[in-house]
Amino acid sequence: MKGLNESLIIMRKELKGYFNSPIAYIVITVFLAFTGFFFFKDFFYYNQAEMRGLFQTLPLMLSFVVPAVTMKLFAEERQTGSFEILMTLPVSAWDAVLGKFFAGTVFAAVMLSPTLIYLVTVFLVGSPDPGPVIGGYIGAVFLAAAYTSIGLLTSSFTRNQIVSFIISWAACFLLWILDKVIIFLPAKLGFLSYLGSDFHFQNIARGIIDSRDLIYFASVCAISLMFTVKTIEERR
Amino acid sequence: MINVDGLSKSYGDFKAVDDISFMIRDGEITGLLGPNGAGKTTTLRMLSCYLSPDSGSIKVDEKNSAENSLDIKRMIGYLPESAPLYGDMMVYDYLKYVAELRGVTGEERISEVASICRIRDVMHKNINELSKGYKQRVGLAHAMMHDPDILILDEPTSGLDPIEIVEIRNLIKELGKKKTVILSTHILSEVEATCDRVIIINRGRIVADDSTENLQSAVKGDKDIILRVSGTDFSGLKEAVYGIDGVKNVASIDGEEFTSAVLTVDHQVEIRPELFRAAVQNNWVIYEMKQEHLSLENVFRELTTGGEDERVK
Repeated sequence: MKGLNESLIIMRKELKGYFNSPIAYIVITVFLAFTGFFFFKDFFYYNQAEMRGLFQTLPLMLSFVVPAVTMKLFAEERQTGSFEILMTLPVSAWDAVLGKFFAGTVFAAVMLSPTLIYLVTVFLVGSPDPGPVIGGYIGAVFLAAAYTSIGLLTSSFTRNQIVSFIISWAACFLLWILDKVIIFLPAKLGFLSYLGSDFHFQNIARGIIDSRDLIYFASVCAISLMFTVKTIEERR
Repeated sequence: MINVDGLSKSYGDFKAVDDISFMIRDGEITGLLGPNGAGKTTTLRMLSCYLSPDSGSIKVDEKNSAENSLDIKRMIGYLPESAPLYGDMMVYDYLKYVAELRGVTGEERISEVASICRIRDVMHKNINELSKGYKQRVGLAHAMMHDPDILILDEPTSGLDPIEIVEIRNLIKELGKKKTVILSTHILSEVEATCDRVIIINRGRIVADDSTENLQSAVKGDKDIILRVSGTDFSGLKEAVYGIDGVKNVASIDGEEFTSAVLTVDHQVEIRPELFRAAVQNNWVIYEMKQEHLSLENVFRELTTGGEDERVK
């Protein structure tokens, strides 16, 4: 497909941009330091050779880290004016949005990949159930994609990266906390927990890959990306 | 051929471009001239399909910008004002990225464009580290990458030093032999130096649209001759030159060691031989005699008076 080709060119350029700047390494280091703490806490304190501790904190971690990765994607282009260059090259708004979305998701996947070392550690000293581990990683990528799409949307609203970061962090955090605050709401509003990201992530991380959970993440991506494209076209 | 019909664009309450229409024929260098905030950049942004007009239409070779914006983008090379390129990219990487998105394959085109724009020696520098002139040239290389038929350049020489300005102008003239070039500027001499045709814009409207020569001769105004001589005082000079046919006014200007005057002369009369003879007769020595063509400047000033206020874009 021709359109996808252009997205891939943009994705490559964005990824190069990430790894040519110190931001990528800072974000990855911070992410690994925190996840490492939560993993080894369980590993050494409770002598548990499993990944559950990691996957339990992952949605909260990602809600901080992913917005830091995505905040620049459109905001920086608007700030420097290079947005005008991008939009006068023969690419459609969808090409640009998808390219940046892929770049953010791939970056998040790269960021997650060093945690596979924990997995090796776990397999060396114990025999964990592979289902939750596989589910956890699949869920983590889907979750990261959903958060990336939200970050991309807020990045397209503004030319200020800090504003983009704070709004997308708030949105991701809200989705994370939704199924936890539901007990304060009347029982009738119980269905709201289906909108929570952690609710769906923990389902997958249990090792049960249910189409409902995947559809949830796919819908978050689709809706956010659609609004991102709309925002970009509106600003013309 | 570019056909613009009834184009308008507003930012909130402010009408940046107000119902303008013009046609640009192939192979012309057209200058969009106007004071700051007149709507030049907005017009060019609509031509390059970055902004969509509120009303009106743009047709490039019978393709409408509202429906075929991707096709038009492919035909156009566009350099935005002050070349906002990706600062953290290397020049080579950037040009390669543009070439890929433009569907240009092969290293040859990149090095060819780099030679034309003379940026070969900075290919491995970050764009942020470049001087304004080099950055502008990288921007030009970006616009030319796919060898487009139409080049749109927004203030291509702003912020450059005089040598760079001359270089860029020569480059534009060279390009204009084969391509359609539209450039915007608020510098009058630039239009006179490079353009075949001028469109003067003020407050979002076209106030003049003609060939550079036509506009120059349209105003049968006066021209100024600056004269510096020694061997006489100002009143002697004034007396002697007032007799020459066509001289309308003689005014003294400051000169340190010479007697200096500005002569206002009718546009069509050539009086310099007469001045020379007068100098010989009266035994003056001429140190300077300079004729200034102010006609286009007069047109510009007349057409745009009151439009100098900078407005929010």
